[in-house]
Amino acid sequence: MTTQHINRVFEACAEEKRAAFIPFLCGGDPDLATTRLLLRALVKGGADIIEVGVPFSDPIADGPVNQRAACRSLESGTTLTKLLALIGEERAALGVPIVLFTYFNPIFAMGVERFATAAAEAGVDGVLCVDLPPEEAAEALTPALGRVDLAPIFLLAPTSSKERMRLVGESSRGFVYYVSRLGVTGAATDTGGDLGSDVKTVKRLCKMPVAVGFGISTQEQVKEVAEFADGVVVGSALVQLIETAVEGGASGEELVEVLYARVAALTADLARKKLLGIF
Amino acid sequence: MRSTVPDERGHFGIYGGQYAPETLMAPLAELARAYDKFKNKRAFKNRLNDLLANYVGRPSPLYFAERLTEQLQGAKIYLKREDLLHTGAHKINNALGQALLAQEMGKKRVIAETGAGQHGVASATAAALLGLDCVVYMGVEDMRRQRLNVHRMRMLGTEVRGVDSGSQTLKDAINEAMRDWVTTVKTTHYILGSVLGPEPFPRMVRDFHSVIGEEATRQLKKQNGTPNPNVAIACVGGGSNAIGLFHVFLDQPGVRLIGVEAGGRGPALGEHAARFSGGRLGVLHGTKTLVLQDEHGQVAATHSISAGLDYPAVGPEHVFLKEKDRIEYTQATDAEAIAAFHRLASTEGILPALESSHAIAEALRLAPMLPADQVILVNLSGRGDKDVESVIAYDEEHQAIQAESGVPGSEAEAGTETYLDAATEPLEESDELGSN
Repeated sequence: MTTQHINRVFEACAEEKRAAFIPFLCGGDPDLATTRLLLRALVKGGADIIEVGVPFSDPIADGPVNQRAACRSLESGTTLTKLLALIGEERAALGVPIVLFTYFNPIFAMGVERFATAAAEAGVDGVLCVDLPPEEAAEALTPALGRVDLAPIFLLAPTSSKERMRLVGESSRGFVYYVSRLGVTGAATDTGGDLGSDVKTVKRLCKMPVAVGFGISTQEQVKEVAEFADGVVVGSALVQLIETAVEGGASGEELVEVLYARVAALTADLARKKLLGIF
Repeated sequence: MRSTVPDERGHFGIYGGQYAPETLMAPLAELARAYDKFKNKRAFKNRLNDLLANYVGRPSPLYFAERLTEQLQGAKIYLKREDLLHTGAHKINNALGQALLAQEMGKKRVIAETGAGQHGVASATAAALLGLDCVVYMGVEDMRRQRLNVHRMRMLGTEVRGVDSGSQTLKDAINEAMRDWVTTVKTTHYILGSVLGPEPFPRMVRDFHSVIGEEATRQLKKQNGTPNPNVAIACVGGGSNAIGLFHVFLDQPGVRLIGVEAGGRGPALGEHAARFSGGRLGVLHGTKTLVLQDEHGQVAATHSISAGLDYPAVGPEHVFLKEKDRIEYTQATDAEAIAAFHRLASTEGILPALESSHAIAEALRLAPMLPADQVILVNLSGRGDKDVESVIAYDEEHQAIQAESGVPGSEAEAGTETYLDAATEPLEESDELGSN
């Protein structure tokens, strides 16, 4: 019932009249042992759902920060199989839904059916594949995810037509991910003027929760986006934090402390109540 | 076979498609609509054809390489001289077509990726001609080995942005161009330089280059009395010059079509760019095709002495046509390409691009095995001025290695004979590599 886990988070957040906080990190950055600790820190800091990036050699939708993270991860020997094993070990204790943020080729190389089974067994709840639009996914991935009740999650962007918004709404389960601006992942100075009304349109046409991401990095931005979005995704800002700490020679424990402190600050204005334990 | 692919979503059988980030989906649809509209408009066609004739220099000559044919004592070798076009390669056909389309779409800025620099120069040229801003992404490794083309682009008013991520070659330049496009898509057209990427690029680039084969068949009829060669040969990086030459012959089963990939230094992963012998089905840069990759789906490093062939994936239509047994794919190593480069230079007075030298190498292998009344048509897709430094460096390194290891006399005897040996010898090695 993995799609249900995601649904319940948004339902619970709606009851509390707040947005869900969805941090991203690249699985295996700088290595899988550290990722284990960082996932725990995210939950402790207030994550409602976690997006775990699957490292890929050619991440065309990612900015330099996430590219470097994928490099560190691959250099430390991360594979999709090992990453799923780690999630399998941690998922129950974490207690929040896990969404994989990936490119299609690593999944395709593993075999889509094998991947779906392994991901479901590991306790993954949803899969967001950035270079697989719903048209291709309809044959290539969605049926396999459906068989094991993993939520297919698709993106929408400022260039998306209303027709595409409906298509993505019909194709997604759990939530849709609205890319707040044109461009790759990474910190930007502002999120653009019409974001609120854009998100309203997406919500109306998709008829499901909308999480907003790309370029959200500060506490103020989280607060602002949370006014109109059902979920707020913070990615590159956290990955940058990890990179800076790693390059500064931080120990695993220090990394955890730094990440926890930042996530706690980012979620401070979301007026969250204790959500843990409902899964 | 020609009219049925791709389908409306860009699939060539199970290959191709539109594996693109959501941000690009609507712009790709807009591009496909614009292309379908303008390709049939008389004004657009007239403008393109006028520029191709009076600015680019089409038709490019078809040249009977008589001395080379005599030396090889086999089939007649005809060269389609795309190297004589303005900017020195076939790439201008597509760059100009797409730049005109960008202008019709109201885009003020174009971007491009480049490996050997030929597509970058062609795009920079078209942009200068049409008054468009132009940025070209190029791997820093390729900037080093194709320095001349970097200078040419800059002189044409284009900004060349070096890409130092990954393997610092064509693959990474495409990554970076796509990242630019995702950010600037409202004002910018991406002039993708090969039959790669998401729909509509593979079919659009193919169409702009199909003039190569259409001219060649007319010229061959005039010069040799028959429109069809027995064999047509082209090198295959992404595969644009090959598709451009082959397309007119797809429905002519008597014409044997051979694509030549980069065999590089040898068959180990990372040492070549031979997708048909070492690649597996995967998704890269918006299309499903053969990709050189590891078992975990991470894209592998590639090597070729030729920057334009140094790429881990191949155009989806090529894989489709291989599956249909319509095109054969073989490979030429760095050594064979270099030997072919010298051979054509000394025999015919033509310096071919190192990319095209791979096609020449296959012709050198094949011609002696065929009777004299047969015709081999080779696409000489680009000229070799840009590669002179690479060839010098390769030759010097090789002579140094041979001198050190005490292998007698390549330097002193490095005349035509040695090059002939080098060109014919690795045939068995290549056969081992060539099977799927």
